[in-house]
Amino acid sequence: MTTEPAIVVQDLVVDRGRRRVLHSLSCQIPAGQVTGLLGPSGSGKTTLLRCLVGVQRIRSGVVLVLGVPAGERTLRARVGYVTQAPSVYADLSVRDNLRYFAVLAGIADPSARAEETLSTVGLAGRGGERVGRLSGGEHARVSLACALVGSPEVLVLDEPTVGLDPILRRDLWRLFHELADDGKTVLVSSHVMDEAARCDRLLLLREGRLVADDSPAAIRQATGTVDLEEAFLRLAEGQDVAS
Amino acid sequence: MNPRITLATAARVLRQLRGDRRTVAMLMVVPSLLMVLLRYVLDSSPFVFDEIGLQLLGIFPFVTMFLVTSVAMLRERTSGTLERLLTTRLAKLDLLLGYALAFGIAALAQVGIATAVTMGWLGLQIVSGVGWAVVLAVASALLGMALGLLVSAFATTEFQAVQFMPAVVLPQILLCGMLVPRSHMLDVLNWLSDVLPLSYVVDGMARARTSTAGAGLVGDVAVVIGCILAALAIGAVTLRRRTP
Repeated sequence: MTTEPAIVVQDLVVDRGRRRVLHSLSCQIPAGQVTGLLGPSGSGKTTLLRCLVGVQRIRSGVVLVLGVPAGERTLRARVGYVTQAPSVYADLSVRDNLRYFAVLAGIADPSARAEETLSTVGLAGRGGERVGRLSGGEHARVSLACALVGSPEVLVLDEPTVGLDPILRRDLWRLFHELADDGKTVLVSSHVMDEAARCDRLLLLREGRLVADDSPAAIRQATGTVDLEEAFLRLAEGQDVAS
Repeated sequence: MNPRITLATAARVLRQLRGDRRTVAMLMVVPSLLMVLLRYVLDSSPFVFDEIGLQLLGIFPFVTMFLVTSVAMLRERTSGTLERLLTTRLAKLDLLLGYALAFGIAALAQVGIATAVTMGWLGLQIVSGVGWAVVLAVASALLGMALGLLVSAFATTEFQAVQFMPAVVLPQILLCGMLVPRSHMLDVLNWLSDVLPLSYVVDGMARARTSTAGAGLVGDVAVVIGCILAALAIGAVTLRRRTP
């Protein structure tokens, strides 16, 4: 495992319209680990993820991914992004979607890589089906597969497990850890606190500010509770008192 | 820019189009059916059919490709695939050329069928040769495509995208010289028609019908191609990687 962080964010300020979404946020995300970005809906998770992949206009601050400013051309083959709503072509087959994104990632043999990735997300044998005919969970997994197909070093996943059945969720978290064991950096956002425990490291976000940036064990210890949801509540109350 | 990505994008757009059989059927058959209809509406005045028929052969691909592309690109914007594409190695030019290539191929098929029906079966005569009519009609289709890509940036729903058809396309049809020769219009309208690209498609078709190819016809094609490139360039500006 490398000691250099994969992602460095410094004093990041983002406004959307007149509303300030991120307030001078700073954090570091270690390489080769699964980091969870947890927080309620509307806390700025998606905005932060969009900054990391370089599609969010920012007001000020620095965002470095693999040592390079986020969104730079050289990063595009090295960072995979899965948006919250599955953004794949519903009118194409699963296989055609994967092949297309494999070509975009510069994979030499897109067809072989597409089949490989299909089995990684548990959709082996479903390649010929039209994405629009799949269930919501399958649709989401095609979207995930389109990011995995390029074997990116950094994976930025916006709520990839929402609405999936518990077995699938467990399998996906297992997959995220396998990817991290291979040296990939995995950043997963979620608004479900029971997923927090599955992460190596947690960023707790509330109203555009970080309330915690530590391992689950350290957060439990600091707040004196085993329940991460309870820990979040205590941290959030602490933030309210401080401000 | 990367040729492999451009070609993959064109193939992907064509595959999406092919998946929608009904749209393909309409694109390929409707212009020819309309030409047949026009031929029999003008049964008593065959000269008028020769004149208007060829001009319409230039206008149909413009209208259909405008509609198909504006909706296709709007879907790309609203479904989040555009944002996702822009986080990959795809250059904006890859996307624009991919679309141009895909719809150019679709237009070639559409124009090929309509031209075969109009000239082979309905007996429309053209002095400069069928080739020029096809070149103008395909250029017209690409013009529709480029303007469709552009207006998709100003629409947030498919309803709005479709409403751009009367707003952007109909004034050009009224002013292009098909209903009234452009030189007979009020000065202001004549100037306006000078800056609208569809006028040059219709001018070109009129020239191709009555005379052999010359500088005038080449000039008309050049103006249309210039407008396609300009619309694509402005369209490229609307493809922002970073959005608020």
